[in-house]
Amino acid sequence: MEMGLRIQLVAIVVAGGLFFLVFELVRRKRLMERYALLWLFSTIVLLGLAVWKDLLVTISTAVGIYYAPSALFAVALGFILVLLLHFSLVISRLADQNKVLAQKLSLLQQRVESLESREAENAEAPRTSRAEIGSLP
Amino acid sequence: MTKLLAIVPAYNEAGAIASTVSELHVHAPEFDVLVVDDGSTDDTARCARRAGATVLQLPFNLGIGGAVQCGYQYALDHGYQVAVQVDGDGQHDPRYLRELLEHLRSDPNLNMVTGSRFLDATDKDGYRSSASRRIGIRIFSRILSRIVGRPITDPTSGLRMTDRRGIELFARDYPHDYPEVEALVLSHAHRMVGDEVPVRMRARVTGRSSIGSTQSVYYMVKVLLAVIVGMLRTRPSIEAGEAAPVHAEHGL
Repeated sequence: MEMGLRIQLVAIVVAGGLFFLVFELVRRKRLMERYALLWLFSTIVLLGLAVWKDLLVTISTAVGIYYAPSALFAVALGFILVLLLHFSLVISRLADQNKVLAQKLSLLQQRVESLESREAENAEAPRTSRAEIGSLP
Repeated sequence: MTKLLAIVPAYNEAGAIASTVSELHVHAPEFDVLVVDDGSTDDTARCARRAGATVLQLPFNLGIGGAVQCGYQYALDHGYQVAVQVDGDGQHDPRYLRELLEHLRSDPNLNMVTGSRFLDATDKDGYRSSASRRIGIRIFSRILSRIVGRPITDPTSGLRMTDRRGIELFARDYPHDYPEVEALVLSHAHRMVGDEVPVRMRARVTGRSSIGSTQSVYYMVKVLLAVIVGMLRTRPSIEAGEAAPVHAEHGL
C-alpha cells in the first residue's frame, strides 16, 4: 500500500507539473493555444486518473491490466502517439504551405524583375530620342 | 499563334544549363525557355539568364516536383497552351520536341505525350539508365500499364509534354519527391489521355542525378506507396470552387 501511495504521488506531481508548464508556456505566448489544447487535455486526464485512483483501478481491471499504475503509462503512451501523429500532420501542412510560398515568391520575383527591366527600357527610350532631337541641325 | 513553353528544372547544373538552353533555342525556337532554379548553390541561375532563358529562382531546394510545379504555375499565369518538361542536365534532346508537339496535335483527345526510351525495342542506342534501375522501371511500367489501361513503357521519363488541361492540373496539384510516376496516376485520375513517342536520351553531362544508388530502394517503396494511395484517393486534387488545398488551421 505504501508503494502504491508513493507512485500515486509521483504521478500527480509529474502530471500536475506538466500541466502548469504547458499553461505557463501558453501564458508567455511561447506556445500557441491551438497546439497546447491537446497537451492540456492529456495532462488533465492523466492528473485525473492519478488523483482518482478508483477510476484507474476500474479501467485497468476492465482492460485486463493487473498492476493499476501501468494503465496510467498505457494512457500516457496513447496520448504521446496521438500527439506525435498530430505533429506529423502539422509538419506536413507547414511543408506544403512552405512550398507554395517558395513558388509564389519565385514567380513574383520574376515578375518584378521583368517589370523593372521593361521600365528601364522605357526610361532609356525617350532620353535617346531627345538626344537625337538635340543633334538635329 | 499558340504559346509554347519549355520548363527546365535545374539544381546545381551550372555546367550543363547554358548548353541545354541554347540547344533549345536552336532546335526548338518556337518554345519559350523557362529555367526553374531549384535553390542551386552554384551559378545555375546566372548561366541560364546569360543563355537567354527566363529564370524562376526558388529560395531553397524544393525537390524536382516543387520546381516543375512552379514552372507549370508560370505557364498557367502567362497563358501558355502547351508546356514541356526538359531536364536541365542535357539528358533530353530538344530535337524531339517537334515530334512530341506534332504527336500531341495529331489527336485532339490527347492531353499528354511522353518521350519513351523503351518504346522502340529494336533501338538499343541512346542512354537507357543502369541495369538495376531498368528493373525498377520495368516493374513500374507493368503496374502503371495496368492502372492506366494503355502500355506505358517509360514511366520515369521526365520528357513530357502536356496541353492546357495538364498545365492547369499540374499547376495546382503535383507530386512532391519523385513525381514522374505519380503524375501519370494523377493525370489518369483526372481522365487525361496520354501517349508515348520513342526517343533517345543521352547520359548526363555534369552534375549528379537526383536519385543516388542508396536511395533507389527508398524511391521504389515511396513511389509504390504513392501509387497505391493515389489510386485509393477518390479525388486526388481540388477542382475549381472547392475548398483550398492549403489553409491555415483553426482547430487542433
